[in-house]
Amino acid sequence: MSALLEVRDLHASAEGREILRGVNLTVDLGEVHAIMGPNGSGKSTLAQVLAGHPAYTVTQGTVHYRGTDLLALKPEERAREGVFLAFQYPVAIRGITNAYFLRAALNAIRRHRGEEELGPVEFMRAVEDKLAALGWDASYLERPVNDGFSGGEKKRNEILQMAILEPTLAILDETDSGLDIDALKTVANAVNRLRRPDNATVLVTHYYRILTHIEPDVVHVLSAGRIVRSGGKELALELEAKGYDWLREEAVVA
Amino acid sequence: MTGGIEVQVLQPYKYGFVTDIEAEVVPPGLDESVIRLLSAKKGEPPWMLEWRLRAYRNWLAMPEPHWANVRYGPIDYQAISYYAAPKRRPSRQSLAEVDPKLLETFEKLGIPLEEQKRLAGVAVDAVFDSVSVATTFREELAKHGIIFCAISEAIREYPDLVRRYLGSVVPYNDNFFAALNSAVFTDGSFVYVPKGVRCPLELSTYFRINAEATGQFERTLIVADEGSYVSYLEGCSAPMRDENQLHAAVVELVALDDATIKYSTIQNWYPGDEEGRGGIYNFVTKRGACRGRNSKISWTQVETGSAITWKYPGCILQGDHSVGEFYSVAVTSRRQQADTGTKMIHIGKHTRSTIVSKGISAGRGQNTYRGLVKILKSADHARNYSQCDSMLIGDQCGAHTFPYIDVRNSTAIMEHEASTSKIGEDQIFYAKQRGLSAEDAVSMIVNGFCREVFKELPMEFAVEAQRLLGISLEGSVG
Repeated sequence: MSALLEVRDLHASAEGREILRGVNLTVDLGEVHAIMGPNGSGKSTLAQVLAGHPAYTVTQGTVHYRGTDLLALKPEERAREGVFLAFQYPVAIRGITNAYFLRAALNAIRRHRGEEELGPVEFMRAVEDKLAALGWDASYLERPVNDGFSGGEKKRNEILQMAILEPTLAILDETDSGLDIDALKTVANAVNRLRRPDNATVLVTHYYRILTHIEPDVVHVLSAGRIVRSGGKELALELEAKGYDWLREEAVVA
Repeated sequence: MTGGIEVQVLQPYKYGFVTDIEAEVVPPGLDESVIRLLSAKKGEPPWMLEWRLRAYRNWLAMPEPHWANVRYGPIDYQAISYYAAPKRRPSRQSLAEVDPKLLETFEKLGIPLEEQKRLAGVAVDAVFDSVSVATTFREELAKHGIIFCAISEAIREYPDLVRRYLGSVVPYNDNFFAALNSAVFTDGSFVYVPKGVRCPLELSTYFRINAEATGQFERTLIVADEGSYVSYLEGCSAPMRDENQLHAAVVELVALDDATIKYSTIQNWYPGDEEGRGGIYNFVTKRGACRGRNSKISWTQVETGSAITWKYPGCILQGDHSVGEFYSVAVTSRRQQADTGTKMIHIGKHTRSTIVSKGISAGRGQNTYRGLVKILKSADHARNYSQCDSMLIGDQCGAHTFPYIDVRNSTAIMEHEASTSKIGEDQIFYAKQRGLSAEDAVSMIVNGFCREVFKELPMEFAVEAQRLLGISLEGSVG
């Protein structure tokens, strides 16, 4: 059986500047992959390219998701097929409640799967537990999407959306940045609870800290647009101790 | 970033059909004989004709105003026909006598008039070109002493009431278009709510332009007596034509002590095509007088149509503790131009006003907010809150804001907030990443932007307004 996600020699650029320079990555169902790397190494770009952000152009390489060409799909089609991106900077939508937005999103995905759409009452019932897991009450659903949310609340809101939409491939783009210790634990617990044999998570992060709460199966180091090293959890520990500089030198040599 | 977005905020115009009906149309042109003819057709008393003629003579001496931030070619007032009416129409507004084609037309517009199909809880006055063709629920309203009828009928049946209030808020020489309207107005609605009565139904007038090369000049007068309440809504539409048609209406509201009038508009006149051909010139004077203590007038408008909109519904806050409100969504798409806003004139003590204006520009639309808040010397402890938000979609449209503030009493408290935003690729991408289509994403963002205004609309019409703002995207998004 083919892998859930197969990235081969992926090159991507924004405004004419090449950011990804040949990324190779294979993610299987049931796995958690951590992608680490210094600022500007292309971590967020990789996340955005997988989700289909129009600001980036793929210039070379392939991405297969469940055996099909992911790059041929529009962003909304990728989402409906189960690709979820937890944004590093979640966007606010004034005047639209979280409940309305999430139900519209969930129903778009359900329609795509040939499932029945949920009415407002059914929706509220379906999300009750997921809210509770994040330590939230229903009042958060009545607030406008990310509008007036603190940085930490926005990140939690991303995880709430992930919990509700139940993606097959979740990409978390620096979800840990800007969270205090308690919030980090809550978010990590929620992510752990969503780990299943039939889904996978790609965790883009700058820091080792979150990996003490979410144990990755594989750790990759991205540097200058390429994955320069992959390993187990111990690689993250090594990075924590030595920093990124030694790898950057390796990347240049390579 | 948004260079790739070509958005049409309005749905393709759905109300552009023409009803093929035998009409009586007065030949184009305007002079005193035309006014006498109009007045005679309506069976008006002499005082009404006199008033019209005074207005006409004033109008002749007035220049057409050109200070608004809109561009259009000269209007030939002699090329317009000032009266058009279906030939077959009832004498006493009995539906049985109404031409079925008219009933069909209004049904197509979503305004069924027949008893069994009517909207529950909404009484409708249906105006077709220059005449009112039917008013529903009249008996029901009469039980409460409420008068709701065509203004031409009110002039005949309730001359004292009409004479007392007509022109008392918008005088016949108020401005160029109001003077023209006073001279040639043909129909519109009249509402009187007696002391202490809370009107049990939403009152609504639907204006339909059908005939070619005619102007529509309707006049609406609403009087809420002491302690009464009324909620009123007007809707409008017109066929698609390559020529521009003039619509110059006047609306006057009077609220006495402790009375409240809520006036909502969903304006959907034909906006013209993508190249700017055709569409309605919507030059309208709307004003409310809060004459009594604790009176309140609230304007809510959703302006989606017309080639050109020139409109400033305002409140004269005379009574102490009176309240004026203005909630507006104005959309310009294609090549539409809108110069709209409000005037809040504070005269009484402890008067309060609120202005919430949302302008949306797309395509090559130009959207201008123009508002005046004036606090007179007598208005101790007056308060105003103004919020003007503009949203731009695409890079060929424009948004402009002209707030005028004139304060002559140092106890006044004024707050003004303004913002301009662009629908960003990031917002659309965020929604798409959650599985929503581009259309749904933009529509959601626009509707969210307008929410503060939509929530002021009566339930039945809030849905209609949201639907009107349904988005159709042309070309690719992201």
